[in-house]
Amino acid sequence: MAPTPLAPLSLYRERENLGIWEHRGKVAVAGLGCSPTARRWDETPETSVGANTIIAVNKALEDAGISPGAIDGLVVVPHCTGEPWAPRPIPEDFAQAYIPTDDPNDGISSMSADWLVKNMPELSNVTFAMHAPTCMSKAIVVAAQIVGDGEANTVLVVRALNNLSGRYSQWGANALDTAPGRAQWTSPWGWSAAGATYGYLLNKYCRKYGSSHDRMAPFIVNQRRNGLMNPDGFFYQHRPEAITVEDYLAARWLAKPMNLYDADMPIQVSFAYVFTTADRAKDMRQPPVYILNHASNVPKVRSNIQTLDEVEASTDAIARKVFDGSGITANDIDVFNPYDGFTLFTQYYLEGFQWHGVRRGEAHDFWAGDITVEGPHPFSSSGGNTGSGRTRVWLHNDCIQQIRGQAGNRQVNNKAEIAVSGAYTPTDSCWTTWSKYPD
Amino acid sequence: MPRPVPIPDEVSKPFWEAANERRLIVQICPPCDLLQFPPESICPQCNSAENLEWSEVSGRGTIDDYVVIHDSRLRLFVEEQPYNVAIIQLEEDPGIQFFSNLPGTPVDEVPVGASVEVIFVEGAAPGQLIPEWRIVH
Repeated sequence: MAPTPLAPLSLYRERENLGIWEHRGKVAVAGLGCSPTARRWDETPETSVGANTIIAVNKALEDAGISPGAIDGLVVVPHCTGEPWAPRPIPEDFAQAYIPTDDPNDGISSMSADWLVKNMPELSNVTFAMHAPTCMSKAIVVAAQIVGDGEANTVLVVRALNNLSGRYSQWGANALDTAPGRAQWTSPWGWSAAGATYGYLLNKYCRKYGSSHDRMAPFIVNQRRNGLMNPDGFFYQHRPEAITVEDYLAARWLAKPMNLYDADMPIQVSFAYVFTTADRAKDMRQPPVYILNHASNVPKVRSNIQTLDEVEASTDAIARKVFDGSGITANDIDVFNPYDGFTLFTQYYLEGFQWHGVRRGEAHDFWAGDITVEGPHPFSSSGGNTGSGRTRVWLHNDCIQQIRGQAGNRQVNNKAEIAVSGAYTPTDSCWTTWSKYPD
Repeated sequence: MPRPVPIPDEVSKPFWEAANERRLIVQICPPCDLLQFPPESICPQCNSAENLEWSEVSGRGTIDDYVVIHDSRLRLFVEEQPYNVAIIQLEEDPGIQFFSNLPGTPVDEVPVGASVEVIFVEGAAPGQLIPEWRIVH
């Protein structure tokens, strides 16, 4: 198989004033599947990234009610976020269970389209494969555009996450005595985690608007509450424990003012969606959830890190792009799932979109009100990464499930006809508008 | 602080050479009248490398804000926790930021908005000076 190309930038709708998306309502998600979650890989083949991904794909196909032969395209995020397995030797039982690719990490700490085709030969009609960087949010917008453009008709959209034993992210350049590449501008001063950037920005935000870190507590508490109503999530499956305001206020600092509960917890899990044309989706098992638009921000940072001005301008801009391309206003968004890992992102998105009328500086006031799924302002009904573990995917799943009426105990009392989700950082994020109706 | 030692590359080499001479320089694109740091191979405004130069700056700035790192991902810094990291805005252009541990400033007692000046310190191994900042009283 030829190397799978990385999605070109031309597929992203990044510029402003592009107008209504040319494929508005003509692409739909027809299937959704996810594997069981685990805190870390136990190094058995049955719980590997590869095994999880096959489980997720089969569940998505079953959800859509189609056979593997109906799939003609793959959009896969090969990067699994956790520590790479190599240069450790491949476990013998894993090597016996799966067909390898040129990448020794494949199926363990990465997931290529090549691996999937080799290890799921029943995907026998795949003629199109593309990789998307970093994040399910990017794979979704790529797949939506691919199906809309007619490059493929029925596409699996795949994202796997891995988590090995050991301290998270204390590998690679972070373990060195030197600072090569981009690290030369950060590591000599001990600046290593994205969370530090958002800690800095929260301090700026609180100084500007007269708030404090502690006022985020109701949001964090509610995120876990929503997560504990998500049967697919890590905390529901393994640690069904609520977070209280007191827990949040007492948690240890990671990069003050960011504490343990402001960061998401890495887990191991895989996800798959079936994307297809609106016409085909009508004949599949589930009610179609239509895509009205996709929109993206690409990084524009002047110096070392984002400033509050840049974050506010970026989140204003992405909201304009979402509204412009979808033909909706903030008032039309029934379900709103902006990315929360780190939690410190969320107020910028909420205020940028002005969801439920929340303006700059008002997010923490909003969270002091009723943001439960039962109430009038069911913000972030997925529970996000905080509620269910680090994936950047729950937010999209929730939009689909809410519109289908399949969100279980998380189902919002409000109507759920139009939903918006997007990740990840304010200056680098991809957004999707989902709808019960194609027009 | 046992700082990881920066490895200069083709673009950054003049910056680190100047640091070893205790001079702070940043890139400038004169036609765009735009300072740039960290250095890049092109000017972000005109997308050209043609006019990019290096310009020595005052080494004065202000503390924009800060965080206190309690759980560093950087192996060399784990023993130093908790430690300050401040964002310094350059006097000539507040859009240009530097990181600083503010040597001598107690943890979590950072005077936001205070004036600072550049100093140069050793990393974990000798041979490369690294710009740092101290509060001007």
